[in-house]
Amino acid sequence: MKPRVTQETNSESGRHLIQFRGVTKVYGEGQAAMEALRGIDLQIDEGEFLAIMGPSGSGKSTCMNILGCLDTPTAGTYTFRGIEVGLLTRRQRALLRRHYQGFVFQGYNLLNRTSALENVELPLIYRRASAHERRQRSLQALETVGLKGWESHTPGELSGGQQQRVAIARAIVTEPAVLLADEPTGNLDTTRSREIMDLLSKLNRDQGITVIMITHEPDMAAYAKRIVHFLDGLVASDEQNGRAQ
Amino acid sequence: MLWNTILLSLREIKRNVMRSFLTILGIVIGVGAVITMVTIGGGATQQVKQQIASMGSNLLMVSPGKRLGPGQSSGNVPFKQADAEAIAKYISSVRAVAPVSSQSIKAIFGNQNWSTQVTGSDNQYFTVTNRSIGAGRSFSESELRAGAAVCIVGETVRKKLFGGQETLGEKIRLQKLSCEIIGILDGKGQNTMGMDQDDIVVIPLSTYQRRVAGNQDVALIQVSIQQGASTEKAQRDIGQLMRERRHLSPSDDDNFNVMDMKEIAKMLTGTTQLLTTLLSAVAAVSLLVGGIGIMNIMLVSVTERTREIGVRLAIGALEREVLMQFLVEAVVLSSFGGLIGIVLALAGSLWLAGFLRVPFIFNAGIVIVAFLFSAAVGVIFGYFPALKAARLDPIEALRYE
Repeated sequence: MKPRVTQETNSESGRHLIQFRGVTKVYGEGQAAMEALRGIDLQIDEGEFLAIMGPSGSGKSTCMNILGCLDTPTAGTYTFRGIEVGLLTRRQRALLRRHYQGFVFQGYNLLNRTSALENVELPLIYRRASAHERRQRSLQALETVGLKGWESHTPGELSGGQQQRVAIARAIVTEPAVLLADEPTGNLDTTRSREIMDLLSKLNRDQGITVIMITHEPDMAAYAKRIVHFLDGLVASDEQNGRAQ
Repeated sequence: MLWNTILLSLREIKRNVMRSFLTILGIVIGVGAVITMVTIGGGATQQVKQQIASMGSNLLMVSPGKRLGPGQSSGNVPFKQADAEAIAKYISSVRAVAPVSSQSIKAIFGNQNWSTQVTGSDNQYFTVTNRSIGAGRSFSESELRAGAAVCIVGETVRKKLFGGQETLGEKIRLQKLSCEIIGILDGKGQNTMGMDQDDIVVIPLSTYQRRVAGNQDVALIQVSIQQGASTEKAQRDIGQLMRERRHLSPSDDDNFNVMDMKEIAKMLTGTTQLLTTLLSAVAAVSLLVGGIGIMNIMLVSVTERTREIGVRLAIGALEREVLMQFLVEAVVLSSFGGLIGIVLALAGSLWLAGFLRVPFIFNAGIVIVAFLFSAAVGVIFGYFPALKAARLDPIEALRYE
């Protein structure tokens, strides 16, 4: 895949990992049209830890889908590492996700009756890594998330917090440029949630992984270095979080 | 990558062993049935050929009527013993001629009885049919001429009526005729149509005509041609001779039939092969049904695994890869079914061949064809569900409950 560079390479886009310029997203047509995003401008740099907050329907999930290249803007441009995602084909976007992005979902979305190790290996299979490399890296990733010794357990044998750790291991095993987490603590109690947030902070701090997270819990958002509030499809506030660990 | 995909699908099948097995049951049965049918059919055909070869290819059957078989009409002028004698006299390449008439009669000895085929003929009959008398003797000239009450019995009749007792010299009753057993035929086993050739009582033709049938007719003349002589020529000569003896004008069709063993062989193997083809076709339909079963389960599987497909697409699987995954899964499933079917079919054919007493002939061709067909069923019926999986929108799929 040849990176497509916008005209502004020299000025801003090149410097930012992610750049939204007037991104809008409209679902439906005519009378039924619904504007989920109404012109978002946002820059995210490498190494950031960003929390996106906002009430239901504020457009944060739509924004996440666009960030994850699962969806494309109706208008405006989204550049990822200088590549304008809106111009890519479905296949090219899949390759972009495969090589640069890691996903963590609220519902973990692990494969049932499949061991933790095999779950973590999954993205490496699509990257055509050798069996040996897959195993080494997956073991490493599981160790990073603190699940050394749990490799052969299936999701059914793990607690929610552990399942989410497996999901995080699966997301970071490819060493992505950005980790996209959609309400990663939504299904967990406070203690487990804090453990997951500590893990994400650690990954951001020690390994320099850019983390973008959706949450509606201020406690969890407090872990992020930067908090963006969405309201009615617009960015309501965007501020650095001085108290972040 | 393909190897990886196969491994992935094996993992998937392992996750659902029971369902996978039920899915492929149709294919197992289809492949098993087709291979069994073809193998047994091939064995039966082979057996027919062998038995006909053992009877000798130099055998001619002369029968009244236009055609041998069910189409034979009544009212045909039957042969007489003189016709058989004429063939022996005028056709130079003839080795032996046996006039034959027979019917099914209940043979009684003491309190035992057994329904058997009573054949009236002469000593030539044993030459023509390649049979030998194991114990006792053949008919004497005077017995044949006078229509004496004597008989030669086959192994089956001996066993059924006498068990282990002394048989020679005993008298058995055939309808009103009480006849003395003077000989026992060596065993020969089943014939081409699965009839027991040892279930037979041979009496002199004159005895049969006078005391059993009550007429002078001969139902069939069996002619054995000398080794090396032309069967075709003998066939033509006998035809010509019979036309003269039956006073047919050149415009008349033959009202008798001279059949060569080769023709009979062709007819019999033809029947066996037709039957095999028909049964295999029926079995092949079940393969198709098996394929639909696979499609069904794959569609259910795609729906059930919507979220998983969403995850795969989200972490960077290409449409093509998801398509391949489900397609390979279907093909691996159906090929598995094919393999199990092959194993079952071979075991089943071995058993059935023993049961039906036909030779077991391993047919590599049909095994390969059946396997490839089962794999093809996987491709054809797995494609639509796989396409459905690949076309899923990852956002929708991830949200699917």
